[in-house]
Amino acid sequence: MTTSPHAPGSGPQYDNAVIRWIEYRLPVFSFADSFMGSGYPAPRNLSYWWNFGSLAGIALVLQIVTGVVLAMHYVAHADMAFDSVERIMRDVNFGWLLRYAHSNGASMFFIVVYIHVFRGLYYGSYKAPRELLWMLGVVILLLMMATAFMGYVLPWGQMSFWAATVITNLFSAIPLVGEGVVTWLWGGFAVGNPTLNRFYALHYLLPFVIVGVVGLHLAALHQHGSNNPLGIERKSAKDSLPFHPYYTIKDLFGLGVFMIVFALLVFYWPNLLGHPDNYIPANPMQTPPHIVPEWYFLPFYAILRAITFNIWFIPAKLIGVILMFGSIIVLFFLPWLDGSPVRSGRFRPIFKWFFWVLVLDCVMLGYLGAHPPEGVYVTLAQIGTAYYFFHFLILLPLLGKLERPRPLPSSISEPVLGRAPAASTSPAE
Amino acid sequence: MADTAADRLASTSEHGEEGTRRDFLFLVAGATTVVGAAALCWPLIDSMNPAADTLALASTEVDLSGVEEGMRITVTWRGKPVFVAHRTPQEIEEAQAVNLEDLIDPQPDDARVIKPQWLVVIGICTHLGCVPLGQQPNQPHGPYGGWFCPCHGSIYDTAGRIRGGPAPRNLDLPDYVFTEDNVIQIG
Repeated sequence: MTTSPHAPGSGPQYDNAVIRWIEYRLPVFSFADSFMGSGYPAPRNLSYWWNFGSLAGIALVLQIVTGVVLAMHYVAHADMAFDSVERIMRDVNFGWLLRYAHSNGASMFFIVVYIHVFRGLYYGSYKAPRELLWMLGVVILLLMMATAFMGYVLPWGQMSFWAATVITNLFSAIPLVGEGVVTWLWGGFAVGNPTLNRFYALHYLLPFVIVGVVGLHLAALHQHGSNNPLGIERKSAKDSLPFHPYYTIKDLFGLGVFMIVFALLVFYWPNLLGHPDNYIPANPMQTPPHIVPEWYFLPFYAILRAITFNIWFIPAKLIGVILMFGSIIVLFFLPWLDGSPVRSGRFRPIFKWFFWVLVLDCVMLGYLGAHPPEGVYVTLAQIGTAYYFFHFLILLPLLGKLERPRPLPSSISEPVLGRAPAASTSPAE
Repeated sequence: MADTAADRLASTSEHGEEGTRRDFLFLVAGATTVVGAAALCWPLIDSMNPAADTLALASTEVDLSGVEEGMRITVTWRGKPVFVAHRTPQEIEEAQAVNLEDLIDPQPDDARVIKPQWLVVIGICTHLGCVPLGQQPNQPHGPYGGWFCPCHGSIYDTAGRIRGGPAPRNLDLPDYVFTEDNVIQIG
């Protein structure tokens, strides 16, 4: 369903002489129109679950804007970082607002992106021809995680310091070179000032790398257009609506809801998702009694700690690390693990239920990640980890073969407008 | 022109089995480029390793004369906590009496100390780098009277050996020497 708005003589005509002058030399206006304007057709049946892509983009911009301003006040030195953050909170004009918006903005970004990912999982948005679109999304998720982790280290509180220690120590699980890699990551023999400096440099760099990958993500999206709740391709012009004004206005409404939640966090519960220990300056000599990562890493933390036994000659620590990274890596292979020709979970009676089992599994792992690894929590985390990998590696390939999907509608517009004229449908699609 | 092309064809077929001079040049140029690019990357990568001033802080001197029997002190070495424990005769005996086959990372007590009453270990859990509790009398010591890591529950004995929990190794030993009877230099 790609259109070619740049064909000579076609595309929007502009009344304003200045716009015409610019457009003739630099076609930004027609580009914007074909990118997210009236020249970009989108499926007419997109639900509110399709709001979360644009919300993620807005969250990214908000993080960059607040982050750049915060960087003007922050001091990346082990002796001064904590105090400079307190100065931002107390002395810098609106510093409290910028910092709370930035720290809660990270949480909002992850909420929105996780919903976006599960939307894709339910409606099969990763299936052909959108495999690379999906894989670029997984790359963005990995970059977000790295960026968020390094950002959390910058205030140099107790949680910052010990999060940095525990996470960098994961690499010591690599056989033979692990210890050398960790020393290299630290730039010293423990997490210290060199570590803080490089994390700051990378925390500033990676968001712009994310912007670049988002550009590729959008280019891949525009190649075949959005998937939709029915998961079938568009067959005629009747199945589409112009992105502007239909989806610009729908996205704006979603943005309003997003902003209400965001404002509630920033203005009423700014520390709800944080941890009080991070208001204690970093102390390399003392570990807090209970360390937990930020909420958006809890399911992965639960997987990391679930493995308490060696398998053959592989130590438990290495298995935990492999599984934690594997839980993301497996998503790269999802387009080929799920063999079902039907995209949307709406028409997959068995998949639909297991999708919700997976959602509950991830929520449970998140809950377990916040609790100490003792007793029943360990057992549940092991069950949760086992189910996670079972779902992707065994269940989805099996369902692709065994499940009998319900019949698909013949077009997107049919359930809304009645049967489309036979002439405009192409049976080959 | 036709001649050259024909020559080239002829030489290709002549040397086809072993590869042509062009193939050779292509491989040599390619390999040189790869090695050159790797050599250019190395300064960037190595600059992230510990710098000279970080390495210069690598030794610490500790006076042990004020540490009474049963006391444990923490000193800083290379930015890391080092546990120095003045062990009681009972603790030494416990550490020496252990059957090595019961240990996760078997090591006799005398391989872990220079003088039996002084245990010097790096106070960092070998699991994921937390600082175990047990330096203060009111902290948990775990069932073996040594240290207990609050992060993931690793248990160490009075020789700093791993006895339970997820940690794979005994607490690491720093290099140290007794420069005087009651003074050690770590590093």
